[in-house]
Amino acid sequence: MPKESLNRLTAHELLQRLDNKQVTSDEILSALKQRIKEVEPDVRAYVRLDKSFELKNSRTQELKCLFQGLPVSIKDNICTDGLNTECCSKILGGFKPPYDATVIKKLKEAGAVIADLKTNMDEFAFGSSTENSFFGPTHNPWDLERVPGGSSGGSAAAVAADEAILALGSDTGGSIRQPASFCGVVGLKPTYGRVSRFGLIAFASSLDQIGPITKDVKDSALLLGAIAGYDPNDSTSVDTPVPDYTRSLINDVKGIKIGLPKEYFVEGIDPQVKAIVEEAVEKLKKLGAFVEPVSLRHTQYAAPVYYIVATAEASSNLARFDGVQYGHRSATPGQGMLQMYQNTREEGFGEEAKRRILLGTFVLSHGYYEAYYLRALKVRTLIKQDFDAVFEGFDCILTPTAPTPAFKIGEKTDNPLKMYLSDIYTICANLAGLPAISLPCGFTKEGLPVGLQILAKPFAEEMLFRVAYTYEQNTQWHKMKPKL
Amino acid sequence: MLYEPVIGLEVHVHLKTKSKAFCGCSTEFGAQPNTQTCPVCLGFPGSLPVLNKTALDYAIKVALALGCRVQEYTKFDRKNYFYPDLPKNYQISQYDLPLSCDGFLDIHLQGAASKRIRIRRVHLEEDAGKLIHRQDTSLADFNRSGIPLLEIVSEPDINSAGQAHEYLAELKSILEYLDVSDCDMEKGSLRCDANISLRKQGSLELGVKSELKNMNSFKAVRDALNFEIERQKELLDSGQAVIQETRLWDAKQLKTLSMRSKEEAKDYRYFPEPDLSTFSISADKIAGIRKGIPELPREKLLRFIKEYGLSEYDASVLVISRRDAIFSEQCFKAYAPKEKKAVVNWLIGPLLSEANNRGIGLSDLKIEPAALIELVNFVERQEISLLSAKTVLTQMLDSVKSASEVIKEKNLLQISDTRALEDMAEQVIKENPAVAGDYKSGKESALMFLVGEAMKKSQGRANPKALKEILEKNLKK
Amino acid sequence: MAIDKNNVEYTARLARIELQSKELEKLAKQLQEIVGFMDKLKELDVEGINPTSHILPMHNVLREDIQKVSLPVEKALMNAPQKEGNFFVIPKVIE
Repeated sequence: MPKESLNRLTAHELLQRLDNKQVTSDEILSALKQRIKEVEPDVRAYVRLDKSFELKNSRTQELKCLFQGLPVSIKDNICTDGLNTECCSKILGGFKPPYDATVIKKLKEAGAVIADLKTNMDEFAFGSSTENSFFGPTHNPWDLERVPGGSSGGSAAAVAADEAILALGSDTGGSIRQPASFCGVVGLKPTYGRVSRFGLIAFASSLDQIGPITKDVKDSALLLGAIAGYDPNDSTSVDTPVPDYTRSLINDVKGIKIGLPKEYFVEGIDPQVKAIVEEAVEKLKKLGAFVEPVSLRHTQYAAPVYYIVATAEASSNLARFDGVQYGHRSATPGQGMLQMYQNTREEGFGEEAKRRILLGTFVLSHGYYEAYYLRALKVRTLIKQDFDAVFEGFDCILTPTAPTPAFKIGEKTDNPLKMYLSDIYTICANLAGLPAISLPCGFTKEGLPVGLQILAKPFAEEMLFRVAYTYEQNTQWHKMKPKL
Repeated sequence: MLYEPVIGLEVHVHLKTKSKAFCGCSTEFGAQPNTQTCPVCLGFPGSLPVLNKTALDYAIKVALALGCRVQEYTKFDRKNYFYPDLPKNYQISQYDLPLSCDGFLDIHLQGAASKRIRIRRVHLEEDAGKLIHRQDTSLADFNRSGIPLLEIVSEPDINSAGQAHEYLAELKSILEYLDVSDCDMEKGSLRCDANISLRKQGSLELGVKSELKNMNSFKAVRDALNFEIERQKELLDSGQAVIQETRLWDAKQLKTLSMRSKEEAKDYRYFPEPDLSTFSISADKIAGIRKGIPELPREKLLRFIKEYGLSEYDASVLVISRRDAIFSEQCFKAYAPKEKKAVVNWLIGPLLSEANNRGIGLSDLKIEPAALIELVNFVERQEISLLSAKTVLTQMLDSVKSASEVIKEKNLLQISDTRALEDMAEQVIKENPAVAGDYKSGKESALMFLVGEAMKKSQGRANPKALKEILEKNLKK
Repeated sequence: MAIDKNNVEYTARLARIELQSKELEKLAKQLQEIVGFMDKLKELDVEGINPTSHILPMHNVLREDIQKVSLPVEKALMNAPQKEGNFFVIPKVIE
């Protein structure tokens, strides 16, 4: 295979070639750099890329370690020591964290190269299209006029366009899975507490998780295995051993019980998406799985709950962006401290960020706390109970990842509420703390990818991998590439 | 019109853990600015808190010592407000499920019955950084940010500045006994805010209160409260209303000044802290911590009175500091006679004096209880004079020698030998016939002159009491 | 419960964001719609339901009271918009 095409391979394929000394990591990096130069002007998956950027292999090859010098592209909200981490926001312009997020430390220890390859995102992860980035939108490699999804749109697009071999994203309400679905790649949100949040710039503390975005299920298992695990620096990380996820890549779903929630197949879903997902369900049935309808009766309340809880926590998490210690500070002359706060935050935050901060502040404020925030926390309990009940009798739950395929850039930016409703299938996994994966299951007539979502019980990522792997190995979707 | 002051105190104390509440930075006082910080206590994006186990244990200890009910289940909440010394623009604190509540502190004022001040709650939170204000800018130092704070809130049961002072002194004493805080207002490890209102004597309704801040010593608290009582009294007497506001104590002008009015009432938007786990405190844990609580000041005072016959005043001086109290008790035990007054006098007199001169505590003096008692016994046996003994003490403290060593070296043993004293008396009477004559004619003071002369002759070593008796006897002949 | 321009102004003040008047108009309208959507939760009876503030049933996550190495002061101040010596410099705080 010509060395230039190395970037089209998956990480596990490249690792095999590295093992067999058929290729060196420098050659891989060089191929990747070449590809980035080729397609980046169209896709715009990365931010702050210097035209003459260097992709150096910073590890020696003496130690045999998992990633053997493969680079991992990192979403711009994960802290990398000494490398700008700005959440694609003006207010964090120039911020260089003096420390590595725990996942970054783990990746480095596993031999990955962490270069200044930060992927584009909706500012502070507020969005479902990557249109809210201070650096402008990323373009979907399958159709450059469409969004890649969000908020981890840059990571998903980079992987789909072979501009990245492996990528990390973050998921608060679907921000890994929905862009994975729009871009035809694999995206996994781990169980809440499976992966450390230390170093992830927080959006909603009780919902956020970092997860892998990859070309196939095996790469996802590899990457998750490297970043998962207890972290004493994160009070919400769980001290449960990390299994070898590659062992759950079994091509067999005989007897696996899959639930199809009827509330996810009602009006609002694009008819092509519905048809494609139903075909995928048939496939799994043929492969031996038992599929039955189930009910998650509080599904219709999930979006209001999500937008109350997530914005409330976000409004508090983003209070620290005030120009005192880092980031943008308003240059208005003669301003006192109060004015500095107000000007800095007015200038530094984009529209969606302001909207969410105001919403979150409102639902926590005096007189509204009980009616909104407290009530939302109670309904969250009801939603979790719905899932607990279903998982008593089922191994996993299957849904479309998103109600539509990728929409056009600019199509939903005028209507925030409409944008929020494109998350409805993904938010429940965050509200209930469940692991969930999205993988490609087909294409619309227009050639746009459609994603299949699988949810499992807490800490049952192995179940996700098994079902996803089986489906993937019995289809060809993961081998298809956009024409760039 | 007679008014009754109604005062509630809110005290914040630094817990003297080695590391901060939510990160491993040092809590030591006096470091160069921003050298004891990390992403967590700086509130850098992506950082997360993890609670210090010892901070929680100390908090439970204090709650138990103050008679509070410790909650089985407690959690932290975010208190959201913007201020440059607060890096995250929210403080991790406790709101509706605090660590403990419903305790009390009994205060004892001289000549008055004891009074119980109820304590509403004791909870844990983190401290903010420090700001230094200049002309056009302020400087921020975050070394203090994240240090664990205990907030102790009293009910408005305090009715005078004197009582408030006593409450603070008693609280400080207890906290020192528990060894959980340095309680040093100058170093900022104890801070106090007060709420005060006046009501007509006999009425049960509460008046409008003002909140007092910026009182940097116990004295300032007392002065500020007294000032505020007068200020509010004058307003009410002249038919004006007291405005609910925050007032700062100005220690130079000796008055409280209104802070420029803060716009709206503070809306802290409390919600449960999602980055920390919740905490369940078992009965076993509570029992374990309770066992570790030493005898507290009040208990010790009462026991000193009962076991060693001390007066309330003497006991109160000796129990202020736990280490001093322990030292004192060791001295009592080393002194055989049941009546300990002699020892008490030494402790409260010469020893305390030496300690004050050296700027240290009683128990920090370089003297063992047994060594002190050896000295005390010399005096009690009249083998040295009290005056000599005081200089012996100083020598002992400076050189770590024993009493007998110093007495031997300086040849300070009193001459109590009757014959020697007789000789001395005779000699002195012979040498001062005029003075002797004065005494015989009835001038009492002449005797003391003769005693003085004899003391001079003996380089201060004659036993003055015995000498006086012998002189008297000889003069009367 | 309607959220109107006054609410939004008050909320913006609480959040320390100085909204321009055009922004205020637009946001008030959008927020009104979104909050209306959130009002859907009123349909449910939540009597006796415990709120979920922590999705994981975790208790007593603590750390030992051990001192760790702090950040070197240069790193702490590395991103400061304005600094002087070891301090962060900010505009005068007016009480």
